Amino acid sequence: MKSPTYAQRIEQKLTAALAPSLLIVEDQSARHSGHSGSRPEGETHFAVTIVSAQFIGKSRIEQHRMIHNILAEELNEHVHALALTCRLP
Amino acid sequence: MDALVADRIRGELSANDVVLFMKGTPVFPQCGFSAQAVQILTMLEVPFKGIDVLADPSLRQGIKDFSNWPTIPQLYIKGEFIGGCDIMREMFQSGELQKAMSDKGVAAHG
Repeated sequence: MKSPTYAQRIEQKLTAALAPSLLIVEDQSARHSGHSGSRPEGETHFAVTIVSAQFIGKSRIEQHRMIHNILAEELNEHVHALALTCRLP
Repeated sequence: MDALVADRIRGELSANDVVLFMKGTPVFPQCGFSAQAVQILTMLEVPFKGIDVLADPSLRQGIKDFSNWPTIPQLYIKGEFIGGCDIMREMFQSGELQKAMSDKGVAAHG
């Protein structure tokens, strides 16, 4: 079986942890090819837009840290840039 | 984390009101996100110290550990961690960044 892509992993983990009402995971690696942190195989630069009730009462830093923690493995292994837009429902 | 690196970071934060840990320098940013962060601070006409983490690998990892934040750039105002590029942009657009500066006694425009 083919292992899931990073985009799929990001989507699965955020869905499981934050039950988002909207989740858009955009792979922007092609726009950053040749930049530091880019890799020939791609999947290094992502933009995530996410709406979740779990952000209620959290500061922006806390919201981003929730996501950083959920995606710690991916950020550590491979993902170089993660642009985040977090919104409340 | 390395105590020397932590000391250096604390030293920079106490010596400078506004510090941006970034890739490249304010004049020659080496990454689009760092460039955006510089642009926001430039629009606010706020003096800041840009610290190039690419110039020092121990600082590049050290600031991530220090802030518990996995990406660069990172903005500090009066020693307080404010956030990365996305948070800076959202706060700038809503006027909160200007307010955070003035609340902390840092003169900013915009």
